[in-house]
Amino acid sequence: MELLAFGDTGWGDELFYATLMTIAVAITAMLIGFFFALIFTPLKLSKNKFLNLIANTYTTIIRGVPELLVIYLFFFGGSAAVMFVASIFGYGEYIEINAFITGAFSIGIISGAYSTEVFRGAIQSIDKGQFEAANVLGLNKFGKFFKIILPQTLRLALPNLSNVWQITLKDTSLISVTGLVEIMRQSYVAAGSTRDPLFFYSFAAVLYLLLTFLSMKLINKLEVKYSRGFSGL
Amino acid sequence: MVNSFPKLLSAAAITLKLLSVSLIIGLFIGLLFAILRLNKNIFVNRFAYGYSYLFRGTPLLVQIFIIYFGLGQIEYLRTTFLWTILKEPYWCAIIAFALNTGAYTSEILRSAFQTIKPGIIEAGRSLGISSKIIFYKIQIPIAIRQSLPAYGNEIILMMKGTSLASTVTLMDLTGVAKYIISTTFRPVEVFIVAGGIYLFMTFIIHNVIKFLEKKYSF
Repeated sequence: MELLAFGDTGWGDELFYATLMTIAVAITAMLIGFFFALIFTPLKLSKNKFLNLIANTYTTIIRGVPELLVIYLFFFGGSAAVMFVASIFGYGEYIEINAFITGAFSIGIISGAYSTEVFRGAIQSIDKGQFEAANVLGLNKFGKFFKIILPQTLRLALPNLSNVWQITLKDTSLISVTGLVEIMRQSYVAAGSTRDPLFFYSFAAVLYLLLTFLSMKLINKLEVKYSRGFSGL
Repeated sequence: MVNSFPKLLSAAAITLKLLSVSLIIGLFIGLLFAILRLNKNIFVNRFAYGYSYLFRGTPLLVQIFIIYFGLGQIEYLRTTFLWTILKEPYWCAIIAFALNTGAYTSEILRSAFQTIKPGIIEAGRSLGISSKIIFYKIQIPIAIRQSLPAYGNEIILMMKGTSLASTVTLMDLTGVAKYIISTTFRPVEVFIVAGGIYLFMTFIIHNVIKFLEKKYSF
């Protein structure tokens, strides 16, 4: 237990901050994912074949290629890409991108592909009559989307989005390879310096279980909130 | 890009080997725990649920690290024959993958067992077939057919999961890709080649499952 003490003697405070970091990366990645879903879901649902192709390429590649490989691409390729852009503007120095940004961005792109599929499914399962009713009411495109379609999409998408959240949360463990100090990286460091890997990795597993358990509780509450009025169905 | 292709291709063979061995072991584990989940004894039931909760609620990376770095720490284990297996990163990775995919497979099979219509089992009983035969000849084949689409997804997820073997020094497709990236510093080209190989494998798995679904459709 003294291994988990707070302060200089134990790893308690380090692991606590690492847990906060995991939560921060997961939430940022999830939001970046939503941003990507916001772009690619309309492309997926569009009648234009070319736009379909773009969106399908994105989701197929991300869902068919290991997360780790995507992370390596951004970890090694990210700063090169930024440096290339900077060199166009006449800046030749070495630029290192923050590990948090690289990590959140690569996990966000992955999470976005799953979110896109979830939103596509949710929008497609909304009754056609809802679209027609919105037209009849004379709502414009924005009103139709924000007042009629989006609220229903959220309710239908929430159970599947909770799966995406679980995947995203667990994927954050992979960014430990870039050196960002989240739960996995901190456990690795602690295990290395105390020579007690069994304890620290098991503790990391407990932390992840705690995070998934607590977030499930929270999401269940949201689900109840968003489906009020539908309980009889 | 051309030079790295043969290296990556031979690494893909290791990925496939890891995948197939862990899927076979995982399928047995999954079937066993699915049956335990359906057991009426609450302790057996809870145990199986706990297993699947534990392995589905934690990242695969943690599981590999506990098995590869953690278990070696137990002095007693080092004296048993298990140590000959646990000191190999290859087997540690396979154990972690098999236990992980076993947990997901048990959930898939459990829900498949639960959706079998009782009428089918009753029909078997009325024909005088013993419940053991009903289980092996009726319930298991139907459950396997029911769970094919979900299991196909699990195979693809597991294929992506095998990339984590590179974190315990195994040179699988991702491991070799990372090595080439860090020596040549050409991340985009290597990503295209390695990603292309992964996508090709996904494509094959997807179509094999689709073919099986069609073949065994009712």
